[in-house]
Amino acid sequence: MTDIVAAFGWIFDPANWGGPSGIPARLGEHIVYSLLTLLLAAAIALPIGFAIGHSGRFRGLAVGVSGALRALPTLGLVIYLALITTNLTIVPPLIALTILAIPPVLAGAYSGLESVDRAPIDAAKAIGMTGWQVFTKVELPLALPLVIGGIRSGALQVIATWTVAAILPVGGLGRFLIDGIAVQNYPEMLGGSIIVIALALVSDGLFALTQRLVVPRGVIAGRVRDSAEGETRHTARIAPEGAPSA
Amino acid sequence: MFASKKSRLAAGVLAAGALLALSACSSGGGAFSSDSASSSSDTVTVGSAAFGESEILMQIYGQALEANGVKVAYKPSIGQRDVYLKALQDGSIDLIPEYSGNLLQFYDKNSTATSSDDVYAGLNDALPKGFEVLDQSEAQDADSYNVTKEFSEKWDVKSLDDLKKVTDPLTVGANPEFQTRPYGIPGLKSAYGVTATLKPISDSGGPLTVAALKNGDVQLADIYTTTPAIKDNGFVTLKDPKNLIAAQNIVPLINSKKASDKVKDVLNKVSKELTTEDLIDMNGENQGSSKTQPDAVAKKWLQDHPIK
Repeated sequence: MTDIVAAFGWIFDPANWGGPSGIPARLGEHIVYSLLTLLLAAAIALPIGFAIGHSGRFRGLAVGVSGALRALPTLGLVIYLALITTNLTIVPPLIALTILAIPPVLAGAYSGLESVDRAPIDAAKAIGMTGWQVFTKVELPLALPLVIGGIRSGALQVIATWTVAAILPVGGLGRFLIDGIAVQNYPEMLGGSIIVIALALVSDGLFALTQRLVVPRGVIAGRVRDSAEGETRHTARIAPEGAPSA
Repeated sequence: MFASKKSRLAAGVLAAGALLALSACSSGGGAFSSDSASSSSDTVTVGSAAFGESEILMQIYGQALEANGVKVAYKPSIGQRDVYLKALQDGSIDLIPEYSGNLLQFYDKNSTATSSDDVYAGLNDALPKGFEVLDQSEAQDADSYNVTKEFSEKWDVKSLDDLKKVTDPLTVGANPEFQTRPYGIPGLKSAYGVTATLKPISDSGGPLTVAALKNGDVQLADIYTTTPAIKDNGFVTLKDPKNLIAAQNIVPLINSKKASDKVKDVLNKVSKELTTEDLIDMNGENQGSSKTQPDAVAKKWLQDHPIK
């Protein structure tokens, strides 16, 4: 308990809020690094995932490869890439974390497309839509909540794991963890961890909200109508039975 | 009836559990007390920090003791100093090879001792009760500032004192703690009047730090003096005329309860035989192309230096 108090004491100490190594600067770096990683991962994984989900081909290969990618230890990969490239900038961790973020984004993309009901796709084809039109106007809008779900889980991993990059001379919230343990400054380490957790929670909340917002109007209307109809039928049945007894 | 029997049984179990917990608390120091684990047997448990040299030294201590009839258990790779010193204090281990200067700094943050003798003298006062260091070896593995040969020739720099001549900005590749340690960035400023910035690289002067120095990311690198990479890359280790860097003699840190005359005698003989050159060679065998395991490296050293 005293540790937690000390950690919050560290977070709210004004001395830790200024300059290039203060909390706002490190938080900003962490957000930029994480966004960059997600953009890269999305640019690679989304087209591949959509192609697999749309065509239904190479699914086994994608599942296998992305499963194998998940097993790569990120810390080892960061050190390995830094050593073979003798590059001590954000490039090695950026590559390692992109590799970490690809599997969930890829899985969200193809499973999102696979989850789309066949009926609207067949209907779209029947009214003469091209393959591209089917994809952009039917499949993608219906798949979007799951696709964003994939990015959401990738974001969580990326935010948490960027901290290991601080074994190299790069910024981000990992600095508080790595620099803190170097001098047994446990309030700094715990405080840094709390900020990482807070950032992860905020990001997760924003993605959850986005997932709700992107549900197509038609789907929502369908849901409302379904439940409304159900209710009407339900009440319609009960009312006549209840009336005589009243 | 059956139900009440069951509940009585449950109450009994609860009460027994509570008694057990209470008795554990009252036996002084509780679960983390050192008495239970270490004094009950005559086995000496040797531990090591999580890097090769410490494991080699652990093996040398352990194998030398075994050769002289002491029962030994090994616990290698127990993380960093704060972790393994806790392990020593709670009795999980009894003996660990240490580095005099860093050990003193850990227990006495205000110590200013830097020479071998001053550091060793400070140690026995600073250590917690029940623990002691035996004779220190002349072998040292200290931090050292290294530059590339080209840098040394370009600016004619051979010692930390010469760094004042350098007009380019200086960055040091070292562990993060270098930012605040007296032998790090603050010491460069106060002892030698040199302003430098830190590039934190958390591999303790390992391959990443070496790479940063080689490709010019940093001009100075903190590399331990027993690292084979210094010789391999032709780096120049800068002299430290003002004793900024504390001595780091190899010294056995031991739980006094396990420091029998025999154990002391064996370990003091080991310390007497061990040299810095030995450490460089052994690290070379361990880290180089042959990747010889620490136990085999230690065995070979003991064959060349029989401890009787």
